[in-house]
Amino acid sequence: MAVEVRIPTILRTYTADQKSVEAKGESLSAVIDDLEANHPGIKDRLVEDKDGTVDLRRFVNVYVNDEDVRFLGGLEAPVTDGDQVVVLPAVAGGA
Amino acid sequence: MLTLDRATYDAIVAHAKRDHPDEACGMVLGPEGSDRPERFKPMTNAAGSPTFYEYDSLEKLALYKEMWANDEEPVIVYHSHTATEAYPSRTDVDLAAEPGAHYVLVSTREHGNNPGPVEFRSYRIVEATVTEEEVAVLDAATTPPTRQGDPDGR
Repeated sequence: MAVEVRIPTILRTYTADQKSVEAKGESLSAVIDDLEANHPGIKDRLVEDKDGTVDLRRFVNVYVNDEDVRFLGGLEAPVTDGDQVVVLPAVAGGA
Repeated sequence: MLTLDRATYDAIVAHAKRDHPDEACGMVLGPEGSDRPERFKPMTNAAGSPTFYEYDSLEKLALYKEMWANDEEPVIVYHSHTATEAYPSRTDVDLAAEPGAHYVLVSTREHGNNPGPVEFRSYRIVEATVTEEEVAVLDAATTPPTRQGDPDGR
């Protein structure tokens, strides 16, 4: 089970500047754990502990095959071989 | 220094005025590594707010996929402040995720939707450090740039 994970510029310090890396797992959560095993530190940039529950950070979007995982079950979103996972930081701010 | 052509400058200002009092946001894309802002891409402010902006999740994905397909990158990331100065807020700095981009801030606080000058300023935001830079607007391909002075002389 391998999927391609597209890494945004701001997180490429964790992937030796690679724009995309391979990871394994049958859910987004497992894919992120596999990413962390090979690129230590990246997990903390993607998820956070909210009152004892681990969830995606508010200002990170993750997509599986062009669908926002927030509509696919979040970290439990199923991932299958050959899927494309994209990580994008929020483009946001304000006065 | 940020160098951009007059048409792009005008398009950013027009977008900011049109969306006032809500914040307007968008990018100007260019070939990777070129530092040339060539393709104006106004984006929807999904927050629809006078004090916050955020790209719509799927519109943002489509934009990045377009960039990857064309070997482009965000050269300018712009947004407006509608009641405060054209300087990055703490939120802007905390959320800045494109260290290679010029962050352009336009303030429409003075004239709102109406004609009249705006503050138009540009910054680098790298690892939470803000550095203002000069803005040069090219009026035509053959003429030298007109420098936009910082209105406050800083």
